Amino acid sequence: MGELAAEQHARYILKVEKKKDDIESVLMEHLRINGVYWGLTTLDMLGKLSAVDQETVISWVMSCQHETGGFGGNEGHDPHVLYTLSAIQILALFNKIEILDIEKVSNYVTTLQNEDGSFSGDKWGETDTRFSYVAICSLALLKQLDKINVEKAVKYIISCKNLDGGFGCTPGAESHAGQIFCCIGALAITGCLHYVDKDLLGWWLCERQVKSGGLNGRPEKLPDVCYSWWVLSSLIIIDRVRWIDKEKLVKFILECQDKENGGISDRPDDAVDVFHTYFGVAGLSLLEYPGVKAIDPAYALPVDVINRIFLN
Amino acid sequence: MHGRPRKSATPVDENASALKAAKIRSLQSQFLENHHNHIYTKEALEINAKLIECNPEFMTAWNYRKLAFEHNISSQSESEKADSDHIKSIVDEELRVVENALRKNFKSYGAWHHRKWVLSKGNSSTERELRLLNLFQKQDTRNFHAWNYRRFIAGLKNISDEKELQFTTDMINDNFSNYSAWHNRSVLLSHLLEKKVEGYFPKEIFLKEEYEFVRNAVFTDPDDQSGWFYHLWLLDQTVKVDMPNLVSSWPPHGSEITKTTFPVILLFNEPVEGVNLHTVSVQVENDITKNTTWSPLSANKFKCGQAWLTHLTIPPGEFNSSKIFQVKISSEYPQGIISLNGVPCSRNWSFAFGVSVCHDVQPEGHSLRISMGEENFSTIDVNSNMMNFLKSNFDLATDYEQPTSSKWKSELIASEIDQYRELLSWAECKIGKLTLARLLMANDAMITDTAVAPNMTHVEEVLQLYSELMELDPTHYQCYKDEYSLVFLKQVTSSKESLMKYCCQYKESMSLNITGNVCLRFNSLSLSRMGSFERLLWVQSLDLSHNQLHSIEGLEALQLLSCLNLSHNKLVSFMALDPLRFMKSLRVLNISYNEIGAHTVDTRRYLCSSPLSHTLDYDKRFEEFATSDEKVVNFWDAYSVFSGLDIMQLDITGNAAVDERFVLFLVKLFPGLKWLDGEELH
Repeated sequence: MGELAAEQHARYILKVEKKKDDIESVLMEHLRINGVYWGLTTLDMLGKLSAVDQETVISWVMSCQHETGGFGGNEGHDPHVLYTLSAIQILALFNKIEILDIEKVSNYVTTLQNEDGSFSGDKWGETDTRFSYVAICSLALLKQLDKINVEKAVKYIISCKNLDGGFGCTPGAESHAGQIFCCIGALAITGCLHYVDKDLLGWWLCERQVKSGGLNGRPEKLPDVCYSWWVLSSLIIIDRVRWIDKEKLVKFILECQDKENGGISDRPDDAVDVFHTYFGVAGLSLLEYPGVKAIDPAYALPVDVINRIFLN
Repeated sequence: MHGRPRKSATPVDENASALKAAKIRSLQSQFLENHHNHIYTKEALEINAKLIECNPEFMTAWNYRKLAFEHNISSQSESEKADSDHIKSIVDEELRVVENALRKNFKSYGAWHHRKWVLSKGNSSTERELRLLNLFQKQDTRNFHAWNYRRFIAGLKNISDEKELQFTTDMINDNFSNYSAWHNRSVLLSHLLEKKVEGYFPKEIFLKEEYEFVRNAVFTDPDDQSGWFYHLWLLDQTVKVDMPNLVSSWPPHGSEITKTTFPVILLFNEPVEGVNLHTVSVQVENDITKNTTWSPLSANKFKCGQAWLTHLTIPPGEFNSSKIFQVKISSEYPQGIISLNGVPCSRNWSFAFGVSVCHDVQPEGHSLRISMGEENFSTIDVNSNMMNFLKSNFDLATDYEQPTSSKWKSELIASEIDQYRELLSWAECKIGKLTLARLLMANDAMITDTAVAPNMTHVEEVLQLYSELMELDPTHYQCYKDEYSLVFLKQVTSSKESLMKYCCQYKESMSLNITGNVCLRFNSLSLSRMGSFERLLWVQSLDLSHNQLHSIEGLEALQLLSCLNLSHNKLVSFMALDPLRFMKSLRVLNISYNEIGAHTVDTRRYLCSSPLSHTLDYDKRFEEFATSDEKVVNFWDAYSVFSGLDIMQLDITGNAAVDERFVLFLVKLFPGLKWLDGEELH
């Protein structure tokens, strides 16, 4: 069985942070703040967060804030709730949430809740349960969850529950592991997991493990390392993670590493990126791989960060 | 980000990449400048369109197009406003840009949403939209963006559910392995059922056909998952009883108990809200008590739960009489008790029991350590009082009227059982076995008029199927193990004869006021899951040691439990013991040799009362209680779960979290503690 090339992955992330002029980086500029969150959380899980200059990162994050209080993916980009969560999460890693104008940021998020309890991603109205999760997680980290109508938000999420026990992006949409993570995460944070048939959903989720040991996102699709997060964290939240073969999954994730240059890819021998590096390491954390710090499955931040915020 | 092969970059590659990148960079900065300066000229829109083609996931670029659209429409001249062709050309241009972007990346959220947004402002023919959809659905039959957009267009253009149903039929006939089509089918059929459309309501009309349709698929390719998941939905539609019901209660109907203060437990088939003095009446002799408060045995802020509890006390003045008080608990207004799906209870229920108060209420003071070891038990004499005790507690627990199943359901299930037995005779198919097991359980679960005791006709076959599955599909071993445990417990608790084998009498009579006479011993049964609580509400002493339990979810319903042995299991944290916070009668607890503190991941973290899930506020008293040394996670967890309990005897050794410091903390936490890990405390 392979080993986790932690040093190489840390170096890869630090390298990517500096690289800005190749085509891949330019095409990811619109979500750079997500990339920073993925990179930094990975470094923290590997015990290497101190390799980054906190001041520089924080001041760049704040430069992404729009006058409405929300954050854009990069400087000068329009605000969106997806990027706002990453901003809050990055500050949480550094224990610097207090530098935010909490009221301003929470107001931006709360105005995105619609009549039916759903959330739009931004003022242009795209509705998706991803945004329900992101809004709820953001407000919970800011300790402002009571600013939204939680009951309606939960009702909307439940309306997206499908007959196979999973969840889709909107009512009637097919179950997909990414959406399931968002809905289960949101229900976990709001204390509403009693609405979930854990055995039914647990079975659908555990059937994502294919012969190679990897996990796919929906029936009859290919495995992908990012589902090591979305399926795995959902299974952990509903306490059904025993229903998959953990060793096989660890092996699959390790096979997706580029041990020479660092980084993890979606599948063995594919190109690596920060997104899959984060999800691979986070997956290993959830699988209790030695040397990787524990990550919270609902808030997607290290457990010590979450405990610091909620148990004090 | 997905599906690109890994290769080292050659200098030629890097050069080409840098050139391309520079071009896009330049487009980006031009675009951002136009955006910030609100420039919406034709040239600016072209720059934006080029950029979107390179990167359809750039949300700000799509936002700009909406702003430009609004700007260009509102700043029209009078003649332009009258010219509907002009507006149409603007709309068409937007639709063209979206189509271009989708051809580049047909999974772009931004592109699909922009199209929807444009359609809210202008029009596009149904044919055009369906043509676009057909293009993408042919390229990838599982593209959920396309399916979502299809549902959106069907809604917008009033395409009938039946027409869409036919589309799914065509797609499935084309390729059985289309989970997305099966899924859409289940959604459409649910709508048709809900709207009571002729030909689809009542559901037995379409169910038979659907069973046949899916059978074709799974018989053709038993290893493709899509059809099997659909079959599970059909089974659920067939047997599901969509109504909350009382399934068990304590004290048992017709029993006589001897206590001054006692719990009354209501256990439903699913979590419900609304159990209160308006919906449930409590009558002591001829008086309806006006001040009963019912609380759900569940930690959430929404006052719902599967088990509900109240406490009754016989008025103190009556202690000296030898009277037997009649107590009756009944549903006063059952419709006020509502399931999480909003379905009200519609059946009335009631139970009545007698309470006699003895003169001498034994004080609890005693100093002997209670042993739950083998040596302290004897089997129950069939002719003894114990047997009667068991009988009275057991028989009467099953008295609630459950809705009986219609004939078409049992016929359908029986026919399905035959079909899948046949499939399994020629295909070694794991989901096929699982489906048969589920069908057999569903068959037995259906209540018929003649049924008295639970139907266990197929239970041995089901247990055999799960054993085979554990071997056939070791990846999912634990899933089958859990189900096996639950079925096994159903079997064990289905009759007093079978339950008797697991009941033992305490030899030592000194502590019976704590332990009760009988101990239910489920130790060493390889149980990975605990269940059948509705048959166990009477249990006072329970031995679950030497099993593989990760969780004790549901145990909170056993409010009489005073002695609990959970040693040698797989409990990983104090959060896994969360149900104990509700068990105020607990005096003797053994959680030794588990895995508390041995794991970095706690899978019960969100299934218990905690500030992280906003189901419990952070208790500031912990700050005063714990010294700064002790403010570590395990201590908070233990404090949170245990601080309301009065434990007298505790065994906790053999857990990673338990060191000297922790032991001192526990002694502080339980002022009434007399025995710790076998040692007497002074």
